[in-house]
Amino acid sequence: MSEIMEKLYFYIQFPMVRKALIVGVLIALCSSLLGVTLVLKRFSFIGDGLSHVAFGAMAVAAVVGLTNNMPLVLAVTAISAILLLRTGTNTRIKGDAAVAMISVGALAVGYLLMNVFPKSGNVSGDVCTTLFGSTSILTLSKKEVLLCIILSAVVMAVFVLFYNKVFALTFDEDFARATGTRTSAYNLLIAMIVAAVIVLAMNLVGSLLISALVIFPALSSMRVFKTFRSVTVCSAVLSVICALLGMLVSIVTGTPVGSTIVVVDIFSFLIFYLIGLLKEGVKK
Amino acid sequence: MALIACKNLTLGYGGRVIVKDLNFAVNTGNYLCIVGENGSGKTTLMKTLLGLTPAISGGIVLGDGLKRNEIGYLPQQTAVQRDFPASVYEIVLSGFCGKSGIAPFYTAAQKKEALENIRKMGIFDLKGRCYRELSGGQQQRVLLARALCATSKLILLDEPVSGLDARATEGMYSIIEKLNKEEKITVIMISHDISAALKYATHILHIGADCFFGRREEYISLKKAEVTDNE
Repeated sequence: MSEIMEKLYFYIQFPMVRKALIVGVLIALCSSLLGVTLVLKRFSFIGDGLSHVAFGAMAVAAVVGLTNNMPLVLAVTAISAILLLRTGTNTRIKGDAAVAMISVGALAVGYLLMNVFPKSGNVSGDVCTTLFGSTSILTLSKKEVLLCIILSAVVMAVFVLFYNKVFALTFDEDFARATGTRTSAYNLLIAMIVAAVIVLAMNLVGSLLISALVIFPALSSMRVFKTFRSVTVCSAVLSVICALLGMLVSIVTGTPVGSTIVVVDIFSFLIFYLIGLLKEGVKK
Repeated sequence: MALIACKNLTLGYGGRVIVKDLNFAVNTGNYLCIVGENGSGKTTLMKTLLGLTPAISGGIVLGDGLKRNEIGYLPQQTAVQRDFPASVYEIVLSGFCGKSGIAPFYTAAQKKEALENIRKMGIFDLKGRCYRELSGGQQQRVLLARALCATSKLILLDEPVSGLDARATEGMYSIIEKLNKEEKITVIMISHDISAALKYATHILHIGADCFFGRREEYISLKKAEVTDNE
């Protein structure tokens, strides 16, 4: 045990590890806040779809030779988020099909571009890093960390200020619109925040595992809690704990950060699932 | 002047016309039942009245100082709501969403009124309970309490008793009647249930192949005349 603590203490000395921990916690917090809404709105897969779009955009940025790809990726993802959330209810292509289409399309184009115009000798290594975010969180520059802190502060502020609107919109969009809420404006806002969170989270877990970060904490807390507020608070807390635990484990054991966090999330889901069952059992 | 009036309204969606040249007016205190076959456009009419679906032509005029965000609405339940983790109080309070504009939080007065509306619906002891664990009748009362938070003037109900058992149906109708008579809330209700419509409504709007709008007594005598004609 003391050996593990020593090892942790040793790694914490490095500023890059500390930066990674801060960024990781912030991203986990933001994505879990959105997760509750997305899961309830039946948009669990939008995180997945958008992260693939972001992957495609990153590939394009790399091919064009942009050094700072964040603005481009953010813009492309935001536009896709707006388009996808719009298709939600009554359009010719149903929401889930649209997400699947864009997701697979962007992934394929991204990989194709990376292959045709390789930037380094190790294409599959590059692809793997982008998809699973294996080490990128440890190579964040000071500027990126700052950007991440600002973006997550904005996301959290917006979420707290618009908490009641988000609830009304998630529970019953038609009612909200019929009684005078400007739903399209709020939907736009939600879409932008989703895009921001996804671009942020790509650095941590890579594009493939973003969905996990968005849906696991929300699903876990829904097993146990019964009100919107308690579900939201619980999933935020749970997500932070899982992310922190996952990162520490990956530091000690040398496993990839993203997948370790997700494995911790899976365990937490199982635990919450059991607690939920026990609670039901006690009631009966 | 009428509270809400439709002039030469043509309804439909996706470019398809469902109802043509509809004319009717609802005055303050009326209880209007909209009846008609499945697919005759009842729900589309309600969505158009609420501004959710644009009218193809014609117009809806609001009178008596009624504003867009002063209309309450009891929609049919959606699949999303059936497993939604939310307490009764949270849902009822969300009825104020449209009224509070961009203000981020609900006021103390609104919170008090939400509790009052919950009490009016006779579900005060359920206010902390999870919505998805309630019975169908209780859920409808929650949604009705929410609608009351949005309005004190006009309430639109889309098949409020569908899926309820006989007792819950009776309870729902008597609550709606009370709101209409005691709180002077104007009611527009879609109903499958002609006998209940004839029992409670002051006016009937029948949409379909032949449209009818008028007082309940006129509708009854018209129906009687049709029966005698057929004989």
